[in-house]
Amino acid sequence: MQFSPEVLIVLGPLIAAAFAGLLQRYVGDRVAMSVTTASIGLSLLLSWPIFLDFVGGGGHERLIEIMPFINVGDFRSTWSVRIDAMSAIMLVVVNTVSFLVHLYSWGYMSEDPHKARFFSYLSFFTFSMLALVTANDFLQLFFGWEGVGVASYLLIGFWYQKRSANDAAIKAFVTNRVGDFGFALGIMAAFFCYGSIQFDAVFEAAAANPGLTLGVGEVHFNAIEAICFLLFIGAMGKSAQFFLHVWLPDAMEGPTPVSALIHAATMVTAGVFMVSRCGELYHLAPLASGFVTIIGATTALFAATVGLAQNDIKRVVAYSTCSQLGYMFFAAGVGAYNAAMFHLFTHAFFKALLFLGAGSVIHGLHHEQDMRHMGGVRKPMMITWSMMIIGTLALTGFGIPEIGGFAGFYSKDAIIEAAYGSNGIGAQFAFWCGVTAALLTSFYSWRLAFMTFEGKYRGNPDAHTHDAHGDAHAHGDHGHGAHAKPADGTAPAHESPVVMLIPLFVLAAGAIAAGAIFAPYFLGEHAEAFWRHVIPLAHGEGHHEFPAWVIWAPLSVTVTGFIFAVLFYLWKPGAAKAMAGGPVWAFLYNKWYFDEIYDFIFVKGARAVGDLFWKVGDKRLIDGLGPDGFAATTNFFSRNLRRLQTGFVYHYSFIMLIAAVAFGAYAILAAIGGHR
Amino acid sequence: MSEIVAGWPILSIVTFLPVAGAILILLSRMSARGENVGYDNGVKLLTLLVTIATFVASVFAFAAFDFNNPNYQLQESIPWAFGASYAMGVDTLAISLVMLTTFLTPICILASWVIEKQVSSYMVLFLILESLMIGVFCAQDIILFYIFFEGGLIPMFILIGVWGGDRRVYAAFKFFLYTLLGSLLMLVAIIYMIATAGTSNIPALTEYAQSTGFDQNVQIWLWLAFFASFAVKMPMWPVHTWLPDAHVEAPTAASVVLAAILLKMGGYGFLRFSLPMFPHASHYFQFFVFALSVIAIVWASLVAFRQVDMKKLIAYSSVAHMGFVTMGIFSGNEQGIQGAIFQMLSHGIISGALFLCVGVVYDRMHTREIAFYGGLVNRMPVYAAVFMLFTMGNVGLPGTSGFPGEILTMVGAFQISGWIAACAALGVIFSAAYALTLYRKVALGNIENPKLDKIADLDAREWVQFVPLIIATLVMGLAPTYVLDFTASSAQTIIAQFAGAGQ
Repeated sequence: MQFSPEVLIVLGPLIAAAFAGLLQRYVGDRVAMSVTTASIGLSLLLSWPIFLDFVGGGGHERLIEIMPFINVGDFRSTWSVRIDAMSAIMLVVVNTVSFLVHLYSWGYMSEDPHKARFFSYLSFFTFSMLALVTANDFLQLFFGWEGVGVASYLLIGFWYQKRSANDAAIKAFVTNRVGDFGFALGIMAAFFCYGSIQFDAVFEAAAANPGLTLGVGEVHFNAIEAICFLLFIGAMGKSAQFFLHVWLPDAMEGPTPVSALIHAATMVTAGVFMVSRCGELYHLAPLASGFVTIIGATTALFAATVGLAQNDIKRVVAYSTCSQLGYMFFAAGVGAYNAAMFHLFTHAFFKALLFLGAGSVIHGLHHEQDMRHMGGVRKPMMITWSMMIIGTLALTGFGIPEIGGFAGFYSKDAIIEAAYGSNGIGAQFAFWCGVTAALLTSFYSWRLAFMTFEGKYRGNPDAHTHDAHGDAHAHGDHGHGAHAKPADGTAPAHESPVVMLIPLFVLAAGAIAAGAIFAPYFLGEHAEAFWRHVIPLAHGEGHHEFPAWVIWAPLSVTVTGFIFAVLFYLWKPGAAKAMAGGPVWAFLYNKWYFDEIYDFIFVKGARAVGDLFWKVGDKRLIDGLGPDGFAATTNFFSRNLRRLQTGFVYHYSFIMLIAAVAFGAYAILAAIGGHR
Repeated sequence: MSEIVAGWPILSIVTFLPVAGAILILLSRMSARGENVGYDNGVKLLTLLVTIATFVASVFAFAAFDFNNPNYQLQESIPWAFGASYAMGVDTLAISLVMLTTFLTPICILASWVIEKQVSSYMVLFLILESLMIGVFCAQDIILFYIFFEGGLIPMFILIGVWGGDRRVYAAFKFFLYTLLGSLLMLVAIIYMIATAGTSNIPALTEYAQSTGFDQNVQIWLWLAFFASFAVKMPMWPVHTWLPDAHVEAPTAASVVLAAILLKMGGYGFLRFSLPMFPHASHYFQFFVFALSVIAIVWASLVAFRQVDMKKLIAYSSVAHMGFVTMGIFSGNEQGIQGAIFQMLSHGIISGALFLCVGVVYDRMHTREIAFYGGLVNRMPVYAAVFMLFTMGNVGLPGTSGFPGEILTMVGAFQISGWIAACAALGVIFSAAYALTLYRKVALGNIENPKLDKIADLDAREWVQFVPLIIATLVMGLAPTYVLDFTASSAQTIIAQFAGAGQ
C-alpha cells in the first residue's frame, strides 16, 4: 500500500464522515462539524496546487495504487488515485464547492437537530465523488458513481419525516439505477470486447481495432458504438438528461446546500466527466456521439422551457442546471471535450452561487420557496441580491466578444461555436437548440431575479409560511416570529449570517473571473500543455473563423431575454399573470407531463405486473397446480377412498410415499431407457 | 497453527461438536427434571458456547488449510457399509461455506434468546441442524453427502412446525414436500452413478466422470435428477413458492439459517456435482438454467415489490439473488463461477442480517406486517442505521458485499449472452425499488402507530448479533479480492472440469 497526499485528499473525507457518523453521540455536533469541514479544507488545500501545476504546464500525470479491489481473471480493478488534468479539474471543483457548502451549512443548518448526521453525509458524498474522479478503471468509477448516488439518496431524504422528501429520494435512486443498468452493461461489454476494465487498456484496444463488432444474439453492433451508447445511458441518469431527468427537480426536497453541492456543481456533472474521460472512445464512435449531441441539445432546450413556468425558486435553478448539463453534453457530443469540461468548471461556481444565494433568500424568508410569495427582498438582503445578480450574469453568459465577460460567457460561447463548427451528427440541431436555450435561460433567470427581489412583498407576513408550505422538518421556532410588515412593501426578511455570505463571495469571485483566467488553458493557446493527451483535442481550437452572426448570436439572445423579462416582470407584471393558465403554460408548468406518463407506465405497470406474477403466477398457477393442488387432490381422494386416515400428518406422508415411488420408478425407467 | 491440528480429524470435530453439545443438553435434561427459566438460560448459554467452540474449531481447520493447494484437504476416511465410506475433506469452496455456517450459527443462537417454548428441544435441534449443514459441505462420499443433505430437512421441518407462526403446519409441509420430492429423484440418480462408476467417493466419481464420463444421454437424466433437488433448494423459479411461506412462519433464527445456509446447498450441489460430473449435460442445459435464472430475478423482484409482509419481501428478494448465483454458475467461466461463490457467501451474510433486522422488530411487536410500522428511525436510530446498511447491501451497492457477486455473475453471463446479462441487470433496478420502498415504509416518516411510541432501540445482545455481520459486509465489499483469491483454486478446478470434458 502506498500513502501520499493524493490518497489523503480522497480518504480524508471518508475518515471524517465515519468519525462524524459513528461518534456523533459522544463528541457532539460542533466537533463533528469541525472535523468534517476541516478534512475537506485539507483536501482543498492539497488539491489546488495539483491543479495549478497542470495550469502552469508543469504537472506530472501519476497513478497511486492503494490496494486491489477485485481481481478475477482479467477482470481487475485496483483502488487507485489517478492524477491528470481531468482529475485535477474535478479535484478543485469538488473540494472547493464542498468546502464552501460545509461552511455555509454551519449557518443554514444551525437550527437542525441532526447536524452531525448532515455533515457526515456531506463528507461521505465528497469522498465518493473524489473516488469517482480519481478512478483508473471502470469499476472504481462505478463505485464512486453509486456511492454519490446513495449519498444523494440519503441527503435528499435528509428530512425523513417528510413523505415527499422520502419519495424524491427513492425516485432519484431508482432513476439513477435505470441509468446504471446501461452503465453496468457498458462495463461488461467493454470487458467482453477488450478483456480489461482499465481506462487506458480499453482505449488502446479500441483504437487498435475500431472495426470490432459485438454480437448479441443475431444482431451485430460496432463494439465501440455499443459501449459508448451503453455508458451514456448511465450518464443520462446521473446527469439528469432528457428521459431520465425526472428525479432532479424532485431532488430539491433536500436541504439547499445539498442542492448546490450535489445537484448543481458536482454529482450531476459526473456524466459529463465520464463521457470526457472516455473521449478516446467517443471520438471513435460517431453514432453514439451523435446520440449524445441530440440528447444533450434536447435537454438544454426542454429544461429551459420548463424553467420558464416554475414558481419554486429552487426548481427554476434545478431546471436551469438540467439545461446547462445539456450544453455540456452536446459539447462533448460534437467532440469539444475541453469546452464541456470548461463549462462544467465555470458552471460549478455560478450554479453553486445561485443555489446558495437562493438558499440565503429561503433562509431569510423563513423557508419560503415559492417566488409568488416573494418580492421586495432586495432592500433587506442587499448582499445576497448582489451575489445573485452576479450569478445570473454568469449563468446567462453575459459578455462582449473580443473584450470579455463573466465566467459563463467563455464556456457557453465556446460550446455554441463548437456546435456550429462541427459536422457531427446533430451538431446543427444542437447549435440552434443552444442559441434558443440561451434566450430562454436569460428570460427565466431574470424572471427569477425580478420575482424574488423586485416589486412589492407578496407573502403573508403573519403566517410564516413554513407551516403553509408543509415544511414538516424540525426547523422549530426561529426567534424571528415578530416581523411587522414594513409599509414600503419590502419583505420581512433578514440578511444571512456571515458564515453563509463568505461562500457566496468566494463563488462570486469565481463566477466573475474563472472564465477569463482559465480560458487560455482549457480552450486557448495553452490547451495542449494543460490537457496533455488525456482527452482528444480538436486541433487549432479557438482559432476557427466563425461568421460574425454566430459570434454575436449568444449576446443578442441574452439581451433579448433580459428585455423580455424586464417587460413582463418589472414594467407590466400583469402580462405574466395573463399568460399563466393557458394550455402552453400548463404544458410547461407540468413539465411536459413526464411524471404523469412515467407514473402510469412504470410505477403502475410494475405494480400490476408484480401483482400478476404474485397472485396469478405464484399463487394460482404454481401453487395451485403444484403443492396445493396436489395436496387438495390427494386429500380429496384419500378422504373419499380411505376414511381410515384422519390425521393431517398421515395424509401428507401418504402423498410423499406415492410420489416417491412414482418418481423413483419413472426416473429408473428413464435412466435405463437412456442407457440403452 | 496447522501443526496443532496435524493428525487430528479436524473436520469431524467441527462437524460433530454441535451434536456432542446436543447430547450434553439431552443428558442434562434427564438429570434436571422439570424445566424452568434458570435451566433454560443455562441451556441457551451452553448452546452458545458450543457453537462458538465450533467456530473456533473451524478457524483451526481453516488455518491448517493450504491456500495454494487446489486439491481436497484435511481428508479423513473410514470404510463403511455397502462399499461406502465415511470420507471427509474440503476444498476452498467447501471450507468457505463451512466457515459461513460456523460463523452464523452463534449469531442465530443469540437471536434465539427470545425463545421461551421448549427451549432445550429447540437448542438440541439447532445443534443437530448445524452438524448436518457442516457435514454437507465436508462430505466426500456421495452417500454421506445425501444423508447430511436430507437429514437437514428434519430439524428444519420441526423448527418451523413447532416454533413457527400461525400457518406453520402448512408451511412446514410445503417445505418438506417440495424438498423431499426433489431429493428422491437425486437418490435414484446417486444409486445409478454408484452402480456405474463403482464408487461412492466424490473425488473418485469426479475422476470417473472426467476420464470415462457418464454416457451423454444418461448424463441428461442424471443432471435432471440432481437439478430437481438443487433447484428446489436454491430455490429456482418455478419451484420457489415454498420459500416465502417457510420464511414467514419460521422463527427468526431458522429463517436466518434457511436463507443463509440451506439455500447455499443448492449452489454448492451444482458446483460439486452438476458441473464436474455432468459437463455435457450442463452445457446442454446452460440456456435452460439461464432462462430460469433470469425469470427468477425479474419475477421475484417484481413480486417482492408487492409484498405486505416483511419476511415475504426478503424471501422473494432471496429468490432473485439466487438467480444471480445459478446464472453465474452455469456461465462456467471464471467471473461467473467466482461471482456465484461470492454471491452465495455474501447473500448468507446480508439476507441473514435482514432476517435478523425483521426479528428485532418482530420480537417487540409480534407482527411482520409492513403497514404496521413506520417512522422507526425516530425511536430506533441505531436500528435504522443498521437496517439501512443491509438494505444497501441487498441492493448491491458497491462497497458492500452485495456488489461483487452481482457484477461478476453478470460479467460472466455477458460472455455467453449479452441478452441474459441485460435481463439480469433489470433485477438491479427492481431491487432498488422494492428494498428502498420497504425501508421507507418501515423506518422513515413519523411514527403514526401509537403502539410504536415506546419501542426500544437495539439492546446489547442484538448489537452483538449485528456487529460481526456489519464488519463482514463492509470488508467483503471493500476488499472482496481476498475472498476471491481464496476461492479461485476451487473455481478454476470446476471450470476446467466443466470445460474439459464438456463438448
